[in-house]
Amino acid sequence: MLQKNDVAPDFTLYATPDQKIKLSEFKGHNVILAFYPADWSPVCSDQMALYNEMLKYFKKYDAEIMGISVDSKWCHMAFAQSRKLHFPLLADFEAKGEVAKKYGVYDDDEGECKRALFVIDKEGVIQWSYLSPTAVNPGADGIIEALENLK
Amino acid sequence: MSLKPKVSDRDHIQGNSSADLTIVEYGDYQCPHCGAAHPILKEMMAELGDQIRFVFRNFPLSEMHEYARPAALAAEAAALQGKFWEMHDAIYDNQQNLSTRFYMDLAEQLNLDVDQFKSDMQKESLEEKVEGDFESGMMSGVNGTPTFFVNGQKFDGGAEDLVQMLHEN
Repeated sequence: MLQKNDVAPDFTLYATPDQKIKLSEFKGHNVILAFYPADWSPVCSDQMALYNEMLKYFKKYDAEIMGISVDSKWCHMAFAQSRKLHFPLLADFEAKGEVAKKYGVYDDDEGECKRALFVIDKEGVIQWSYLSPTAVNPGADGIIEALENLK
Repeated sequence: MSLKPKVSDRDHIQGNSSADLTIVEYGDYQCPHCGAAHPILKEMMAELGDQIRFVFRNFPLSEMHEYARPAALAAEAAALQGKFWEMHDAIYDNQQNLSTRFYMDLAEQLNLDVDQFKSDMQKESLEEKVEGDFESGMMSGVNGTPTFFVNGQKFDGGAEDLVQMLHEN
């Protein structure tokens, strides 16, 4: 798993069925990457739904959050609509898990991303990373603390 | 993960305010899990209330639950008339009926000054209180609702686990 001071590997992934996002286009902003196993986990404990409530706090730190899983762009679209998510979910779908593997957070047994967080600074360097037990939603306190330390 | 900030007199407290054991719940009024936890917590307080300082902090998941934030504001507005816990209980007891109009009915049932209640619900200070609670939850590692803290430390489990833990100790 990549750690503090590693350069964040660039990638281009679908964010919607007809739009791709390239990480390096976000240079000049902080970025939070939230790898997670799968869309459609139970609602009230869902990590993406939780972060969706916190976007304005992330904005305060000039940070863009992106979720990443191996689900397809169509699955992400349905999930995002269902949960009214206002941030991009990226499809690490083809080649499956390629980006997760670059960041060292792919679970080969399950064929899913592990539950992992990265905070990347404005120069594209990882400043904080955290691997959570797969079943545990890590919340946002670690992210906020990492963003606070960037200031 | 520990609770930030600590419990203070800006919190809503029930039970024994000088008890050694402090339990904080972060809850959302529209969350079905919080609704299910409510009678369990009521029973816990009926049984052990003299040994527990119980605190409720708002953690409305507003994007997911459209009535969660208005409900939180309704409870805070009732608090200004000294009836926080009455409104808190009434909302959870009638969780399936949540609607904008419904808070007014509850306010009437609780004999609140309804005009005052209505205008208080618009107050910026109440919005700030709810937001402050949410922010404290975010900083404390709340990752869903309900989340409990026991003497300042995040408790890994739901209301039933909490009661079981208390009985074991």
